[in-house]
Amino acid sequence: MNNNPASQTGADAQDFTSIVRLEGVQKFFGPVQALRDIDLAIGRNEIVGLIGDNGAGKSTLIKVMTGVLEPTAGRIYVRDREVDLADYSVRMAHDLSIETVYQDRSLAEKQPLWRNFFVGRQITNRFGFIDVRAEKAIAEDILKRAIGFRGAGITVDSTVANLSGGERQGIAIGRAMHYNADLIILDEPTVALAVKEVRKVLDFVRRIKDSGRAAIYIEHNLAHVHDVADRLIVLDRGRIVAEIAPKDMSVMDLTEFLIALQQDHIG
Amino acid sequence: MARHLTASLIARLEGLPIMLVFVMLLALFMYLAPQVFLQPFIYTTFLSTLPPLILLATGLTFIIGAGEIDLSFPAIIAFSGFVFAVLFKEYELGWLAVAAGLASGILVGFINGVLVAKIGIPSFMATLATQFFWAGMATVLSGGKSYALRGAEESSVWRWIVGRPFSGTGAAIWIGQLPLQSLWTAVIVIWLWFILNRHRFGEHVLFIGDSNSVSRVLGIDVDREKIKLFTLMGGLAAAAAIMLTLENKNYFGNQGQGYLLTAIASVLIGGTSIFGGRATIVGTVFGCFIIGMIEAGLVAAGLTGAWVRTIQGLVFLTAMIFYLYVDEPQRRAAFMARLTRLPRFRPMR
Repeated sequence: MNNNPASQTGADAQDFTSIVRLEGVQKFFGPVQALRDIDLAIGRNEIVGLIGDNGAGKSTLIKVMTGVLEPTAGRIYVRDREVDLADYSVRMAHDLSIETVYQDRSLAEKQPLWRNFFVGRQITNRFGFIDVRAEKAIAEDILKRAIGFRGAGITVDSTVANLSGGERQGIAIGRAMHYNADLIILDEPTVALAVKEVRKVLDFVRRIKDSGRAAIYIEHNLAHVHDVADRLIVLDRGRIVAEIAPKDMSVMDLTEFLIALQQDHIG
Repeated sequence: MARHLTASLIARLEGLPIMLVFVMLLALFMYLAPQVFLQPFIYTTFLSTLPPLILLATGLTFIIGAGEIDLSFPAIIAFSGFVFAVLFKEYELGWLAVAAGLASGILVGFINGVLVAKIGIPSFMATLATQFFWAGMATVLSGGKSYALRGAEESSVWRWIVGRPFSGTGAAIWIGQLPLQSLWTAVIVIWLWFILNRHRFGEHVLFIGDSNSVSRVLGIDVDREKIKLFTLMGGLAAAAAIMLTLENKNYFGNQGQGYLLTAIASVLIGGTSIFGGRATIVGTVFGCFIIGMIEAGLVAAGLTGAWVRTIQGLVFLTAMIFYLYVDEPQRRAAFMARLTRLPRFRPMR
């Protein structure tokens, strides 16, 4: 139970070609099929942009990938090893060095920051009691060094409800960095952020790649994702319909492409 | 930029406002009824009558902190009290009767948890239904009879759970009246304070109260923790039932009825958020003191017992408005907006 993040980074498993690979994944919600025949591999050291209209299945896809939802059918491999879907959970994804930053569901509003950093993987003694001092010390360190919140009046005891949108994303991203994730999944992290804060988040996404990790970046704003992604996966009605290298297609052409897809729906 | 980022003073000193209210109320009653409130006996009486309420309210602090509610505990008091009383009296099982009583409460709580977490019935409805079911079971099984536990004070069960260890030792009379259940209750409540504030389970409870969906993506097993939560409540209600039955040396079927509103009121007066995510056990204990003291105090001050519920209701309401105002700025704003805006029709979407 005593979680030492540095010891579980997957440094022991350097021999793999993809961090996560999905094969033939299907997901139904009752009669509605949210994902169809998804085959997708995320390699190391790449940023994959995931784009598509509302309801295309982007969020469902990453929830399946991170153990929040169980797929109806298909296989998931993490570092080339198949995971048992009955056991796959958020906690297991964390243990496998996969972290997720959601647009608005990453932090609990009324709880202090230090609890938000460690909840789900607390530093405890063997009876489950939390080592508050150790957690606060590490949280302090994450705030100052990883996130760069210095002198902003934010402490480990601040409650999330008092932070701005950008600060929240910073906290959530800093947490993912702290846990040394091999794969960081960002679900629209720039929604509702001020321009200056968007820049910070994009810088962070680039830093993920520079540090040899991978990222999946879900984004509505095509300019943002075009800017940082190495390849773009286009989802439409639960299916992967295209894979695009940003250098082969300008933001303008990309926009045209997506609009054409939507017109197919109507027509 | 001086932003108000850390928790307010009120939030940092756990239960501070409610302690102040308690002290003021105590001073008021000391002034209005000195013949009662300046004597030790009223306080030793509190120590023997308040423990069941405190145990229930402490359990409810976890439940409400997790954004849930449990309405079934009065039925657990009836049902577990019956299980204990019948095994204790008719079968003379002694400590086994205590164990069986506790087990029955834990089982009922576990079933509540499964209904809420696994089957997905909102806790308000699920525990409303189980409240009827278990109260009905208690009536059916007991045939509506009450059980007088005459001679119970001879048993080790009575002496160890609700005994008066100093009675007859030659100490002052009020010391001789100190009841053991107040000690057990204090031990349990302090232990639960550590569980809520320092244990993984308590942290999960508050995160679940904050948001179920955030808790899930953070890796909390929400369903399992909810089952644990209701099971804990069931166990505490059973403990309260056993203390109550032994203290009264009598079991009767509707002995839990008076506790539903007083326990919920104690928790909310104490400062635990009705919306979940924030809970204070210190506040709850002082909430219980206030609820208990109002009853004795009003009667001692010369008002009839009929006033008790009215005043308790008023205190309850005042406390909730106060917390809404102090601790929930967003909700307060929305509330004020609702008050000042005229109702208008919204187009259907």
